[in-house]
Amino acid sequence: MAPVPGFTAVRRQRLSADAWLDQIVQARAAGARLGALWASDARVTEGAYRVCVVLQQGRALDWLELALPAEGALDYPDLSGLFPAAGRMQRAAHDLLGVRAAAADQRPWLRHAWPTGLFPLRADAPGDTAREVGEVPSGPYPFVAVAGDGVHEIPVGPVHAGIIEPGHFRFSVVGEKVLRLEARLGYVHKGIEKRFESFPAADGQRLAARVSGDSAVGFSWAYCMALEALCGTQPPPRALYLRALALERERLANHLGDLGALGNDAGFAFGLSQFGHLKECLLRTNADIYGCRYPMDEVVPGGVAHDLSPAAVARVLADLDALTAQLAQLEAIYTDHPGLQDRFVGAGRVSPELAARLGLAGLAGRASGQAFDLRCDCPAPPYDRLDVRKVVRDEGDVAARVMVRFEETRVAIELCRQLLRDLPSGDIRGPLPAPRSDRPGLGVVEGWRGPLLVALEVGGDGRIARCRPQDPSWHNWPVLEHAIIDNIVPDFPLINKSFNLAYSGHDL
Amino acid sequence: MLKTLRVIARSGLRTEPLPSADAARLPEQRLHADLRQLLGRALCIRQVDAGSCNGCELEIHALGNAYYNLEGAGIHFVASPRHADLLLVTGPVTRNMREALLRTYQATPPPRLVVAVGDCGCNGGIFGESYASCGAVANVLPVDASVPGCPPSPAAILQVIVDLVRARHG
Repeated sequence: MAPVPGFTAVRRQRLSADAWLDQIVQARAAGARLGALWASDARVTEGAYRVCVVLQQGRALDWLELALPAEGALDYPDLSGLFPAAGRMQRAAHDLLGVRAAAADQRPWLRHAWPTGLFPLRADAPGDTAREVGEVPSGPYPFVAVAGDGVHEIPVGPVHAGIIEPGHFRFSVVGEKVLRLEARLGYVHKGIEKRFESFPAADGQRLAARVSGDSAVGFSWAYCMALEALCGTQPPPRALYLRALALERERLANHLGDLGALGNDAGFAFGLSQFGHLKECLLRTNADIYGCRYPMDEVVPGGVAHDLSPAAVARVLADLDALTAQLAQLEAIYTDHPGLQDRFVGAGRVSPELAARLGLAGLAGRASGQAFDLRCDCPAPPYDRLDVRKVVRDEGDVAARVMVRFEETRVAIELCRQLLRDLPSGDIRGPLPAPRSDRPGLGVVEGWRGPLLVALEVGGDGRIARCRPQDPSWHNWPVLEHAIIDNIVPDFPLINKSFNLAYSGHDL
Repeated sequence: MLKTLRVIARSGLRTEPLPSADAARLPEQRLHADLRQLLGRALCIRQVDAGSCNGCELEIHALGNAYYNLEGAGIHFVASPRHADLLLVTGPVTRNMREALLRTYQATPPPRLVVAVGDCGCNGGIFGESYASCGAVANVLPVDASVPGCPPSPAAILQVIVDLVRARHG
């Protein structure tokens, strides 16, 4: 047993195939949740490929590693029976590294248009540009077909009607009712994991921030947490408080945007216009205190990029007061609006039982009775010193996901106030010793969408050897396909928005 | 209903003037006149995310809020490329999106304008070119104007659109 250094208790174990599966089966029976699954090429150092799984159980994070000898068959046990979300992670691991889970579904997931047999994350993968790799037209994808009288398919995407990210949705419907939805993702796969390997470790947070632009603070913090664990250092207290402030402001910006968009998708344009105003105010304050509306590069290894002057603190506090008042007003209007509630209540319901079985994570999970929030469950500083109220509802419908957003917006405002009231004095950036290269580091942050995880290995030359960012969208996309069943096609945009999952954060 | 109306009344008008420097007329009027002369109607935009991290999409969304009030300037986001005069493309263009982007371009009736948005759309940005990324939008489509930034502000995006329409108008 080798502990991974960090702020949360991470236990890392290397196991044989039988022991690996046994331990995962036991952990699942004891209520563990899947954090991430990925593979890496360790042929140079260990003569093997590795399949890694991170499980969360209460406060503990378990990192379970399986070595697949490079000369062997590269097969490993299928985990999708235990954790349904693992299915697509396994398919992605095959596309990138050629390791194969013993699962029924062997369709490619991220690989649309690069040649079969090219595994880009292998150390000896040929070429780096599209020209060298060769052009392969993306062929047809074998969607699961639904047969029966009157059943027809509606293909949607990858280019959508609105301003959203690309992905393909295949609806099988009778009349307006959806019998089945199958998503095909991977359109925005831009090789982020490969790209990480060209970055010095001390610079990787810039790429981590761009895994999913709406979660820039969350991912760059998770990356820095993993790197700082490897460096055996922790940022000064003031920097940690300022990181949490930026993270909660990111949560506010996304929740405000979503609340407006959800009103709009239910035909209540007033909501979009009002929440658009609140979000714009928040972003303009960001521009004043961070120098940019979206502080993509605010979290840096060892600390943060900008300090807050007393005047800036006062400005943020005054803004929060105004936001609190306006939010209460809008919540009353949303709650009392019969037309709006008629669209929200009962739409896209995921029962707590289904959510538990499928592993629904983050905000959407908490709206379906899954009471998990890393800020409370395994709090990294400064959350260990803050009073975070966990917001949970059981209804599991669009209305519940709206209410969780309202509540969490209030919680985030309160946290911002706490952080600014208790803001420690001192440096905003500490020194960064050289990172260790003999063990991996792990960073976990509760982003606005859910748990963000970054697993990081650094080489002896100080460059990134392997970096795996894991967005909760991996867990939640398959659940969306269940949420839409028996709903009508015109409700899909509303239900989809209520989850608001990442494409870029998933496709990498 | 009364509560809703009260909030609307209290919010007042948030719309800010469009970016321009023509003293003779109000900037909105000048832009509207330009658009009418160039296109005979409003400017219709089809946004295509060809691989972005979604940061640019957040700012393109903001163009529709009360402050920038794109619709008020006669600029619409449309649901089909067949209705579009201009493609607003964010990048880098992934290999998996290249074909969809080309098909969208082919479905847009000429004369069509293409604006690349964000550092990644301009030059591949932090993602560059790789087995998965074709890099800049210009590597795949002829580009008429670019908006650098990570992400560029709504004001910067609006400025480039307005300048491009003016330049075309002469």
